[in-house]
Amino acid sequence: MSEQLYYEDIVVGSEITLLVKQPTTRQLVMWAGASGDYYPIHYDKDFAQSKGLPGVIVHGQLIGCFLGQLITDWMGEQGSLRKLTCSYKRVNFPGEALICKGKVNKKYVEDSQHYLECNLWVENAKGEKTISGKALVTLPARG
Amino acid sequence: MVNVSSGIDRLRSNIGVEWEPVVYKIEKGMIQRFVQAIDDPNPLWQNEEHASKSRYGGIVAPPTFILTIGFEEIQQQILASIPSGTILHGDTTLECYQPIKPGDVITATTKITNIRQRQGEKGKTAFISFEITYMNQKQELVANCRQMVVSY
Repeated sequence: MSEQLYYEDIVVGSEITLLVKQPTTRQLVMWAGASGDYYPIHYDKDFAQSKGLPGVIVHGQLIGCFLGQLITDWMGEQGSLRKLTCSYKRVNFPGEALICKGKVNKKYVEDSQHYLECNLWVENAKGEKTISGKALVTLPARG
Repeated sequence: MVNVSSGIDRLRSNIGVEWEPVVYKIEKGMIQRFVQAIDDPNPLWQNEEHASKSRYGGIVAPPTFILTIGFEEIQQQILASIPSGTILHGDTTLECYQPIKPGDVITATTKITNIRQRQGEKGKTAFISFEITYMNQKQELVANCRQMVVSY
């Protein structure tokens, strides 16, 4: 957990403190229970292979939640995540390290709210971008 | 041979039609299961003492928690329309307006917003977009989530 961020401290182009996740098959089962997503492609290897995949794949939505955590860890408790967009480009496999990264793209003030727009992405160990996204965040100002 | 088109046509005939709303009472245990599943140790989601000193005055759910509400129903509907097909998630856009706390009663209303079909290498691919709107017990808009799934 990081210190509270303030709007004035943010430099456009700066990087978000990265978050590394390595979901196991067990975590996929926990996610299935928590989310109600019981599509067998995420826990049944035979089923996944019948769909032309080498094995079970990580739920895209679970990785979307990792990107949510990337933001909430970084922005601190006074910040708010207003909008999160994720686009799933490639499948991810359990046991793979998933490196969640982000960069501040823009900052602006509107209706007395202090906004940041961030680009987010997930890289696998091969350095391939498997998910890309955006976040809109509001931060407190020192003002 | 599964006839993907006829199931998709059935879904298509319901574009823009709101489904029967689904009501969820949010319990602390649901939030706990969620944060354990995503492995997020932030004390704001679980530690009463810590969270009581925060600006929320108590435990709140992570903003992404809402993604688990109402998804099961729409996924089942889509899978029922393409029983031997494959679906993969395409994208998600979540907008958060109010924090969610234990004890909240969330009403999720879903509608399919668009279906596009394209002839691909593996046959016909359908891109199914839907939207879920979430209201709380005070009739406040809590969140809105637009998603697209790809079926083939």
